[in-house]
Amino acid sequence: MNETTLQKPLKKPRKSNGSVAGKKAAVTLKEHIVEIISDSGEGAQKCGQSLGSIAAQMGNGIWTTEIIPAEIRPPARSVAGASGNRIRIGAGYITNGGDETDLVVAFNEQVLLGRVRAKELKPGCIILLESMWRSHADAKIVASYIETHSRLVAAGYRVYEIPMEQECKTVVADARRGKNMFVLGMLCHIYSLELKLAVDQIVLAFGKKDRSVVDANIRLLEAGHAWAAANLDFCYRIPAQRSTEPQIVVNGNTALALGVMASGMEICAMYPITPATSASHYLSEVFEKVGGIVHQAEDEIAACAFAIGASYAGKCTVTITSGPGYSLKQEAIGLAVMAEIPLVVVNVQRGGPSTGQPTKMEQGDLMTAIFGSHGDAPKVVMAPGTIEECFYSIITARKIAETFNMVVVVLTDAGLATSQQPFPRPTFNESWLAPPVDQSPVPPGARPYDWDENTGLARRFIPGQPGGMHALTGLAHDRDSHVAYDAEINEQTLRFRSLKLAALQKTLKAPRVFGDAKGDLLVIGWGSTKGAIEEAVEAMRAEGQKVSSLHLQFLQPLPPGIKEILQGFGKLMTIENNWSDQPEDRIIDENNRRYSSLAILLRSRYLLDIDCWSEVRGQPIKPSTIRRVMQRKLKQEGIQP
Amino acid sequence: MNMMSATECLLQMCDEHLELEDYASGVPRWCTGCGDNAILAAVQRLCRDEGLRPEKTVFVSGIGCSSRFPHYMKTYGFHGIHGRALPIAEGIRMARPDLKVFVNTGDGDCCSIGAAHWIHAIRYNMNITVFLHDNQIYGLTKKQASPTSPIGTRSNTTPRGSYLEALNPLSVTLGVQNVSFVAQAVDWIPEVLFDIVKAAYQHKGLSFVRIVQRCPEWLPTSLDPWLHDPNKVLLLNHENGLQSSAGLSRVYKNQLQHDPANIDRAREIASSTDVVPVGILYRNPEVPCYEDLRRSDTLHTPELTRDGLNAELDKYTVWPREARAA
Repeated sequence: MNETTLQKPLKKPRKSNGSVAGKKAAVTLKEHIVEIISDSGEGAQKCGQSLGSIAAQMGNGIWTTEIIPAEIRPPARSVAGASGNRIRIGAGYITNGGDETDLVVAFNEQVLLGRVRAKELKPGCIILLESMWRSHADAKIVASYIETHSRLVAAGYRVYEIPMEQECKTVVADARRGKNMFVLGMLCHIYSLELKLAVDQIVLAFGKKDRSVVDANIRLLEAGHAWAAANLDFCYRIPAQRSTEPQIVVNGNTALALGVMASGMEICAMYPITPATSASHYLSEVFEKVGGIVHQAEDEIAACAFAIGASYAGKCTVTITSGPGYSLKQEAIGLAVMAEIPLVVVNVQRGGPSTGQPTKMEQGDLMTAIFGSHGDAPKVVMAPGTIEECFYSIITARKIAETFNMVVVVLTDAGLATSQQPFPRPTFNESWLAPPVDQSPVPPGARPYDWDENTGLARRFIPGQPGGMHALTGLAHDRDSHVAYDAEINEQTLRFRSLKLAALQKTLKAPRVFGDAKGDLLVIGWGSTKGAIEEAVEAMRAEGQKVSSLHLQFLQPLPPGIKEILQGFGKLMTIENNWSDQPEDRIIDENNRRYSSLAILLRSRYLLDIDCWSEVRGQPIKPSTIRRVMQRKLKQEGIQP
Repeated sequence: MNMMSATECLLQMCDEHLELEDYASGVPRWCTGCGDNAILAAVQRLCRDEGLRPEKTVFVSGIGCSSRFPHYMKTYGFHGIHGRALPIAEGIRMARPDLKVFVNTGDGDCCSIGAAHWIHAIRYNMNITVFLHDNQIYGLTKKQASPTSPIGTRSNTTPRGSYLEALNPLSVTLGVQNVSFVAQAVDWIPEVLFDIVKAAYQHKGLSFVRIVQRCPEWLPTSLDPWLHDPNKVLLLNHENGLQSSAGLSRVYKNQLQHDPANIDRAREIASSTDVVPVGILYRNPEVPCYEDLRRSDTLHTPELTRDGLNAELDKYTVWPREARAA
């Protein structure tokens, strides 16, 4: 640092331990977790997405997660208003969001406080903090900033105060609109990412707009890069593995929507609900280009009934919703089960019950998915565990729905919905699509519900087929679709509808164990916890522990071979993001403890003592948490001292 | 290709011509004197007269006495769940514009549990013919007051008389933006009932027909004042609407010239409390149909899906550096 810069202190970061900023050689890291947070509308999300894409292009593994406030316009500078993106960048393939954050860029100290209180920051985490508040006109803001800053420093965080606003103003007039690109430039320097790739991102994002917008953003980007190079005393490099095949970088909801397109379905009926709606937003944008329609119905029930009508008429249809909407659809789902109409229902789970935590993650709807609707209403339940599975599960769901004339429920969650993870670019296959609508005449004597004695399957007659006329009904009915009041037919038809699940089960493959097929402890999971569980298991195995994991994509029916797998382990437990009673609670014992959803299912199915551990913190379970849980379990069981 | 002889051609036409019984399925289980029977007769006659192909025709219903209707038609039928006939019918129509879609719903089904769908069905204005079988009572569940029950109706849930003014389905329908066809019929004048059913079917858009019907089981005398006094029926005539026959005019002398294009007048007529207006209250063939607005002419071919999907995937693809260079 020289005399000139000392005279302009605000142009330099004020690093709290008083050390002098200067150029350093890049330190090589295996991985790093970066957060960019701001008030809503300041562009932190865009900045984070771009950073993720750039790192992915460099050949790094990434997992990005959106940080979303529940309100559209939370007050500026509010603790609950943090909006942004969290990017885990790794040298190898990344399967989940990881543990606490290593480096955070904050546009004000208040949004940062929210993250600190949520214990999302690693001890000693680097904080790059906008310093404009220190000289703000409002004395209260200045006081709040100074107090927060000193507390963060005292707590041991490495806080760098950065004059972002001031630096941006040297490039553009309205700094608030472009600060995110300045930050992106800084981050490109910090992680030794190619600036050219960031320029490409800007052209992609703003290319349709005025050339001057593109130019201004590129200038901001370069300014941020140059500033970080000149003023920061650290720099990292995360080695990348060059991928040899094209990768897709999308979040779970976009993957779902792409899956809907790829499955050949033509109609999506929906009603707005968080966090499912962004899938329909995207689909609304693109579906018509392939002859599809997104119908926004007047309510959730209407969306489901509309989908059932369209499916009945020959075009298997999807309805996309989230918890409360899924509850509303139950009666209609029962109708589709009873009348054997194919239907795909996507439930992007959120925190419940009731309105719960709309933007937060939870796996609370498994029981509703399996047992929902009154009476015995067997339906297929699938849960993708990765972004890639979000795409392919819709294609599979459509096929199963049409083959078995069943309702297929696809359970994702808010975590998958808003996370991005690269996966190999799908190559379109015509077999993904539905066959054309059958309009051939029905053979004389054929009956609308001619159930097969062994499988319960019956050919469905579709309107337009001459000779197939019948009145489909939600009442109990016989092979001619005539209303049936007698006990015999009622019992038989319940049997047929149930047999279809068994028939599907016979076609499924046994799931694969992650790790050895035998050991001390097997952890079982479903849905979006897959990456975190497997990462924790891998780390434990590296320490020599005999632990493995099993992840289930089909929850109903459960695929064959599970019991044999379970029997290979001394202890069994599920790890889930839903409620289970804590054995530590004073009045909880074996006679009243409520287990996690999957644990209940597996215990009743396999008559094995399957323990569970769960948390409902509205966010993905961290791999380090899972490790602690497994270590404690091994200790409790006397397997580890 | 073989040319058909005139005789063969005639024979085939006879073959394809369907009679009333070709549209009938089973023996209706409605009570003797129930207005549903009159509606069934009018609709079967419509099917025959218009030569509707049974396999291309779908009757959709909800739950209630009226909603047994599809079981008595030898067409495709969808006897769904309470209140949801309209969205089911909309889905069918959106997926398959080649199908003729009808809805049979009751006053509980449409105006109570399904009221949200009713309002929005009118807004969507899809090409569907809706018959509201309005007997002003819940029949299948054994006599509970419905939204259209006249105030004071004694029922099992209102033993001291119902408390609220009846909802007027005509006024409600005429108050919704995009309304395109509203008519009212009564089950005891079958000639006009048929004419209205036919006009409703021929209208492109959502045709809403309220049919005031008797319930001989639960409200056997509630419509007597109207049945016994022909002057309490107001026949709506117009050169652009229906024209009463001479025979009918001899009995029903209370007639009004009403242009169905006039929505303000239609709303006034709909609000009448002393007389039952019978005829077409409103018709506007210019209101666009939702399915026409939404469905593209593009055929949903595998090539289209492939190209569309690949174009989208292109937006999100991170190419390996080598491939990018190449």
